[in-house]
Amino acid sequence: MSDRVDSDAGKGQPGRNLPPLRLHVPEPKFRPGDTADFSDFDIPPAGAQVRPDEAAQPGTMRDLAYGLVRVLDEDGAAVGPWDPKLPAETLLKMLRAMALTRAFDGRMFRAQRQGKTSFYMKSTGEEAVSIGAAAALASDDMCFPSYRQQGILIARGWPIIDMMNQIYSNKGDRLKGRQLPIMYSAREAGFFSISGNLTTQYPQAVGWAMASAARGDTRIAATWCGEGSTAEGDFHSACTFASVYRAPVIMNVVNNQWAISSFSGFAGAEATTFAARAIGYGIAGLRVDGNDALAVYAATRWAADRARANAGPTLIEHFTYRVEGHSTSDDPSAYRSADEASHWPLGDPIARLKKHCIALGIWDEERHAAMDKELAEMVRDAAREAEKNGILGHGLHHPMESMFEDVFEEMPWHLREQQQAMLDEWKAAGL
Amino acid sequence: MNMIQAINSALDVMMDRDPDVVVMGEDVGYFGGVFRATAGLQQKYGKNRVFDTPITECGIIGVAVGMGAYGLRPVPEIQFADYIYPALDQLVSEAARLRYRSAGEFIAPMTVRSPFGGGIFGGQTHSQSPEGIFTHVSGVKTVIPSTPYDAKGLLIAAIEDNDPVIFFEPKRIYNGPFDGHYDTPAKSWAGHEQAQVPTGYYRVSLGEARVARAGEALTVLCYGTMVHVVENTVAQMGVDAEILDLRTLVPLDIEAIERSVKKTGRCLIVHEATRTSGFGAELSAQVQERCFYHLEAPIGRVTGFDTPYPHSLEWAYFPGPVRIREAINKILKD
Repeated sequence: MSDRVDSDAGKGQPGRNLPPLRLHVPEPKFRPGDTADFSDFDIPPAGAQVRPDEAAQPGTMRDLAYGLVRVLDEDGAAVGPWDPKLPAETLLKMLRAMALTRAFDGRMFRAQRQGKTSFYMKSTGEEAVSIGAAAALASDDMCFPSYRQQGILIARGWPIIDMMNQIYSNKGDRLKGRQLPIMYSAREAGFFSISGNLTTQYPQAVGWAMASAARGDTRIAATWCGEGSTAEGDFHSACTFASVYRAPVIMNVVNNQWAISSFSGFAGAEATTFAARAIGYGIAGLRVDGNDALAVYAATRWAADRARANAGPTLIEHFTYRVEGHSTSDDPSAYRSADEASHWPLGDPIARLKKHCIALGIWDEERHAAMDKELAEMVRDAAREAEKNGILGHGLHHPMESMFEDVFEEMPWHLREQQQAMLDEWKAAGL
Repeated sequence: MNMIQAINSALDVMMDRDPDVVVMGEDVGYFGGVFRATAGLQQKYGKNRVFDTPITECGIIGVAVGMGAYGLRPVPEIQFADYIYPALDQLVSEAARLRYRSAGEFIAPMTVRSPFGGGIFGGQTHSQSPEGIFTHVSGVKTVIPSTPYDAKGLLIAAIEDNDPVIFFEPKRIYNGPFDGHYDTPAKSWAGHEQAQVPTGYYRVSLGEARVARAGEALTVLCYGTMVHVVENTVAQMGVDAEILDLRTLVPLDIEAIERSVKKTGRCLIVHEATRTSGFGAELSAQVQERCFYHLEAPIGRVTGFDTPYPHSLEWAYFPGPVRIREAINKILKD
C-alpha cells in the first residue's frame, strides 16, 4: 500500500483513452483576398444604453463594459441618455478639428513618402477618439497619450507648424531632433512627452493623478493606449494603482482592431471586451462607439466628472477601426482584407458628425467642402513654412554638439569629454 | 547613528524641508519598511506623503515618473535590488530619458532607494548587485554609500538632484561595518567615526570620491560594503594602500582616481557584482586610458563570479579577505 495520494492515471502514458490537448492560436476573420463581412457584429442601437450617476459604484454598472455607448443614430440624430446636448459652436469646432487632423495626416503621410522625413503615423478613422475626449476635458487636464492621439494637440489649438517641425526634426524642432517623428511633447498644452515603449504612460498618468489628488488640486489626468498594449504589465500595474488609490484618471483603450499585423484576438478580444478589464479591478468600465464623437465626448465627460467628484478612475474602451497602416513602415494589405475599412459597420467618424450637424441645420455640404479646401491649404502653407526650417537629412538640424545636452541637468565630465572628442575628430577630418 | 538611522534621518530632514518630497514603496508606510528605514515618517508627515504601494515595481516607478512630472520629488523604495528588474523599462526608457526626449520640457526627479548586495545568506533573490546595469544607462546617476555619514549626506544630495538617482544601500553594513570575516561576531557602528552623524541638514556632493585610507603602495577602488572589507584586509596585511571609496559611480570622480593611480602606479578594483561587464571593467578601461604610462603592474579585479549568487557557497563567492589579499600580493609582486 503506497502512501501516495495522487491519481495513478496520467503521467503521459500512451494508450490512455483521452483526447489530445490542443493549443488555440487566434486567427482573424478575414485575410487578404477575403470579402469582409461584419454582419454578425452585435451593434446595439444608439440611445439604448443606460447612463448611471457619475458617482455610482462600479459594481452597479458592469453591463456597460460589455455594451456599446452610442449617441448618433443612422439618421444623424443624437439620441438617448448619453446625448451630451452640445451647443452648435462646440459641434462645429469638433468637426473642424477632426477634419484638420485628417488633412494634417494626409499631408504628413505624403511628406514621408516624398522623403522629407523618416516616419509617420496616421489616425484616419480614429479622429473622434482624440477630439471627442479633448473637447470633454478641461484644457489644463493632463494628457498622457500614445502615438495616435495627434488630434488632442490639434483640438487644443496647438500650432500645427510646431508639430511639423518635430516631424521634420529640423532646426525649429523644440525637441532638438531627438525623437522619432510624431513623438510630440507639449507641456503648455498639457500633452506629455510620447514614448515608443508601449503603455509606459499608463502608470505615469496614474502617478500624475495621484499627485494632483494628494495636493488637493482640481486637475485630472487622462491616458491612452491601444488594445494590443493592454497586454503589457504597465497596463495592469496602472489599473491596480488607479483602483487602490481611486486616482482621478481616465484610462482610454483605443481598440482599433489591429496592433501592426496582430488582430485584437492576440490581446484577448476573443474572450472578453477591453472595457471588461475594469471589472476585475473594481473600476468603472465603459465600452463606447469610438467612431461616434458625441459618445466619446459623453463618456469622457462622465468619467471626468466622476474623477473630479473623487469617485475614482474610469476605463473607457473606444471601439474603432484603424483605417490605414500602423505606420508608414507598414503594409496592411499583406495581412488583412482590403475592404475591411469600407465595410466597417460603425462608419467614418467625420462623416457621422457632419451628418449630425447637417441634420441639425447648422451645417451643409457646401460649407463642408469649403472647409476641407481651406484646411488643405492651411496645412499646405504650414508645411511649406516648416520646410523652411529644414527637412530630415538635409543639414538644417540642431548643432551636432547638442546631442550631449539634456542627458543630465548639468553636463558631467564624461559627456563633456565625449562631446569635445567628437568635435575634434570632425575638425581633424576637415568636416 | 547606524546606516538605517542615517537614511531615516535624511528622509526626515528632506520631508521637513521640502513639501514636494514623497516616500512610497512596499511596506514603507505604517510599518516603516522591512529594514525600518522609513520608520515614523508616515506618522509624522501623513499618508499623502508616505504611503504603501501594491507589489508592482513597474507600477511604483511608473507612478513616480508621473509624480515627478507633476512637480513632486518622489523617493520610491524597491524593497530589494533583486526586484528592480520589473521596473527597468520605466527606469531605463522613461525616467532616464524624459529630460532628453522632451528637451527639458518634462523631468523625472526621483531617488530610487534599494538595499543591495550579499553577505547575509539572502540567496540569489536577496543578494545581487545590479549597479552595472544602471551605470550603463544614459541619464541616471548611481550612488552607493559605505558609511552612515555618507548615506545621509549623499541621500540628501540625491533627493535634491533634478535627475533620477539610483541609490543602492549596502544592506550588509546597515547595522555595522563588515570586515569580511563572516565567522566572527558582527560589529556595530557604535564608536565608529563615520557614525558621527549630525541630526540636521548637510550634503555630501554627488561625484566626489572619499579617500578612506591614504597610502603609496597601490590604489584600491571600491564602494559599499567592500570599502570595509578592503580596509580591514589592508590593515591585516600591513600594506600601505590608498583606498578610494567611490561613493558615486555616475558621475564618477575621475580626477581622484587618476591622481591616486598616478601616485601609486598600481591599481586594484574590488566589487561584489559579477565580473564580466561589471563596473570594474569601466574603471579598468578609464585607468588604462589615463594612467597607462604610470602603471607598474596590470590592473587587478576582485569581483563576484559570473554565476548567480549561490546560497550555501556565499563565502566562496563573496570577494573576501583571502581573494583580496592574493590580488594585492600579485599586483605588488609584478
